[in-house]
Amino acid sequence: MSTEPYIVLSAILFTIGCVGVLTRRNAIVVFMCVELMLNASNLALVTFAKANGNLEGQVGAFFVMVVAAAEVVVGLAIIMTIFRTRRSASVDDASLLKY
Amino acid sequence: MIEFSKPVIGYAEVWPMLLVFGVACAGVLVEAFAPRRVRYATQVLLALVGLAAAFVGTVMIGLDLNETAGGAAKGGITAEGAIVVDGPAIFLWGLILLIAVGGLLLFAERELEGGVSAFAGQAAALPGTEAEREASTRGLDHTEVFPLMMFAVGGMMLFPASNDLLTMFVALEVLSLPLYLLSGLARRRRLLSQEAALKYFLLGAFSSGFFIYGIALVYGYAGTMEFGGINEAISNNTGNRTLLLAGMGLISVGLLFKVGAAPFQAWTPDVYQGAPTAVTGFMAAATKVAAFGALMRLYYVAFGNERWSWQPMLWVIAILTMLVGALLAIAQSDIKRMLAYSSVAHTGFLLTGVLGAQSASELSSGEITSLQAVLFYLVTYGFMTLGAFAIVSMVRDAGGETNHLSRWAGLGKESPIVAGIFAFFLLSMAGIPLTAGFTGKWAVFAVAMSAGAWPVVVVAVLTSALAAFFYVRVIVLMYFADPVGAGPSVTLPSVLTAVTIALGVAATLLLGIVPGPVLDLAAHAGEFIR
Repeated sequence: MSTEPYIVLSAILFTIGCVGVLTRRNAIVVFMCVELMLNASNLALVTFAKANGNLEGQVGAFFVMVVAAAEVVVGLAIIMTIFRTRRSASVDDASLLKY
Repeated sequence: MIEFSKPVIGYAEVWPMLLVFGVACAGVLVEAFAPRRVRYATQVLLALVGLAAAFVGTVMIGLDLNETAGGAAKGGITAEGAIVVDGPAIFLWGLILLIAVGGLLLFAERELEGGVSAFAGQAAALPGTEAEREASTRGLDHTEVFPLMMFAVGGMMLFPASNDLLTMFVALEVLSLPLYLLSGLARRRRLLSQEAALKYFLLGAFSSGFFIYGIALVYGYAGTMEFGGINEAISNNTGNRTLLLAGMGLISVGLLFKVGAAPFQAWTPDVYQGAPTAVTGFMAAATKVAAFGALMRLYYVAFGNERWSWQPMLWVIAILTMLVGALLAIAQSDIKRMLAYSSVAHTGFLLTGVLGAQSASELSSGEITSLQAVLFYLVTYGFMTLGAFAIVSMVRDAGGETNHLSRWAGLGKESPIVAGIFAFFLLSMAGIPLTAGFTGKWAVFAVAMSAGAWPVVVVAVLTSALAAFFYVRVIVLMYFADPVGAGPSVTLPSVLTAVTIALGVAATLLLGIVPGPVLDLAAHAGEFIR
């Protein structure tokens, strides 16, 4: 079985996530794009684990899932606080700190 | 059926780190079960005892590390190859723990706000509402900051001691997540603080996305995540080099973001300005120490044989970082933003030391290695930054801290001692002889020079001169400008902040006058274990 298509797919997902972070305005959507990047990495990790014939990559994917879950907790807490204060989750609105 | 063999955790070597994590967990339990009035005292005491015990343990472990690799390195790899406890790791642990003690004392400070800490009384209460006023009249405190800080300290200890890419990723997240939350918990100027947390979090998560994808690519190249294995794969030149180079680049993005190097420095000024000053001081000092430790271990151990690929990249990044930091610092009118850009410039100087890496055979005997120089610089940088931010937290008016530079005019007349100490820290950051900053700069420039990176050193010397301008401008402002309006006022802190400042002054002064012992200690730490 060739692993190349999976790597290409993961690279495409990573790029979509990356472009999403840079272009989207809503903090929740930006955050979802970050999650997409992490999941693209998961796909790459398990594919390389298959290609290399060892388990390290698969174990890595589990750790990435746990880390992503922890990040959701912290991230949503921060985004919620900002939303309740400003009544907006747009990353463009939070612009007091500059220059 | 795969046979399961029991993993061996070298508890004897890693217990200081586990103790810090244990204290953090105990702190969470205290938060859940202890009544509110005893929480503050319990948390502070618990964290302080934990950090002190971990420091003693680190020293003890450091004293009986076995020599390996023909005496060039000390210590060993433990916890099934996930953690390495060697000389530099122990050195960094000690430094992180000392900075953490200073940070803890700043966190625990309650005199400055009149009986409450600098953290939001109730983070969930919206700014400007009845609930927030009630929380502040009842004198509520978020004592959760202490366990959060301990989790961050644990992550910082794991970061430079990790021996494979996965452990390094987990450590990166364990140290970052609590810091995101802590930056959003300021008692005053809460909108700024929340915005800082949002920016830090989104950009931090973005950079860790790059980091993990880079890990996946390097794993695809080498077939292993362990640093030793990656190094071996590179020297055997097996696998697809495109994967290696792309992976190295992406991992570097993640690490350079954490140390705040240009072009990934954009978050630094915003977060440093918005976060509570105690958090800023702690994070500016300790995160940089941990991240530089991890950066060096990754580059020197895992990518050591690929030096010709990453050294030119670091040349460019170091030059860019120093220029961006020094030039933008000149334009700042907020003291915390200025210190943030100054820390960006310091990142550039530290990178100058990192790119001075040479193999042992290229060094003449008695010459300091780049690892030694960077470790020394981290000590000087850590203490003067912590001290400087502690001073910033003391200059206040009725609305809290006054961070605008114009309000600092005439501080020398109002409080000669505070202004004098701050001026001393600034002179040290500028690298004036007889302060720690000078010795640190001299060390990193010397190693870069001996590695043939003279263009970087030339830029570094020029930017040091440029940086001296904005440091001296603040000193001139404090001593020779007339105060505007009522003038700045200094709130006297409790003994906690005073101890932190004293620690900073003592370290900066001693390392400037007698740098020998710490330089020897850094040399004694030896090389990274490969």
